[in-house]
Amino acid sequence: MPTICLTAAYSITASVNPPRATFVDLPLGNTVGRPHDPEFQRDLLRRAFAAAEAMVQPGTITDLGVGWDGDGSWKRFASSTGVGSGDGGDDRRQRVDTPQYQYESDRLAAGG
Amino acid sequence: MWVPWHHWAVDASTPVDYIALTRAQYDELGYPPYLWAERPDTPPWTPLRAPMAESNVALIGSGGAYLSGQVAFHWNDDTGIRRIPTSEPATDIRVTHFAYDLVPAREDPNIVFPVDRLRELVDEGVIGGLAPTAIGCMGGIYSARRTVEELAPAIVAEVLAMRDAGEADVALLVPV
Repeated sequence: MPTICLTAAYSITASVNPPRATFVDLPLGNTVGRPHDPEFQRDLLRRAFAAAEAMVQPGTITDLGVGWDGDGSWKRFASSTGVGSGDGGDDRRQRVDTPQYQYESDRLAAGG
Repeated sequence: MWVPWHHWAVDASTPVDYIALTRAQYDELGYPPYLWAERPDTPPWTPLRAPMAESNVALIGSGGAYLSGQVAFHWNDDTGIRRIPTSEPATDIRVTHFAYDLVPAREDPNIVFPVDRLRELVDEGVIGGLAPTAIGCMGGIYSARRTVEELAPAIVAEVLAMRDAGEADVALLVPV
């Protein structure tokens, strides 16, 4: 089964080395763009599929040339949260082993 | 001179190096280095079965997507999968994850699990079709062994069943 990987984390994807990968320079959690911007999202996916069709070498990561406009200030944020940033250190969320519902209504709907 | 990692200069044109950042964060916290999954050898290569315009796409996203009514993922090495129908708008798709900002994806799950956009690209003729079921899973799993032994085989079995049913020709992986 052929696969196409769409990633916003270049170094992590390079480390696991999938057969076909496409890279977008966007924040983690915004892999396909901003909320409610369907044309941006479609354009990004069109580029990913076109790039995947053109790949011939296993392990290729094609940069789709997609990023936010502006000065890249989100990268400063992405690179600065956490330890030593003034909030006391470890910013990672607790790894609880109960289902983490988005809404209370989801928990009820799931019979939980 | 040693510069704290959170004071590194940020180059707008260079991808954020999350591996280096995690290494620096763990080092500063006094933890042993996080062991990232690595595959140095050449990956296997399966040619596309047809042009994308003639291919059915199976969506697999690790941003923690589930459907309202399903049990949500937990945050402690949850290796389960959720089957999410792709024929309906993403209104009832939720996301949960411990390692990225959930606010934007909860506004519009398509930014980590683009079912609506893929359906539109079928209408445009960019892709041939969308498999009727998409797979949601939790990308935040600290055990590479459990990912390989539990999660990956479950996804592979689903996708191969889709292939054998004529529902999928290629898998689109959207990791988070």
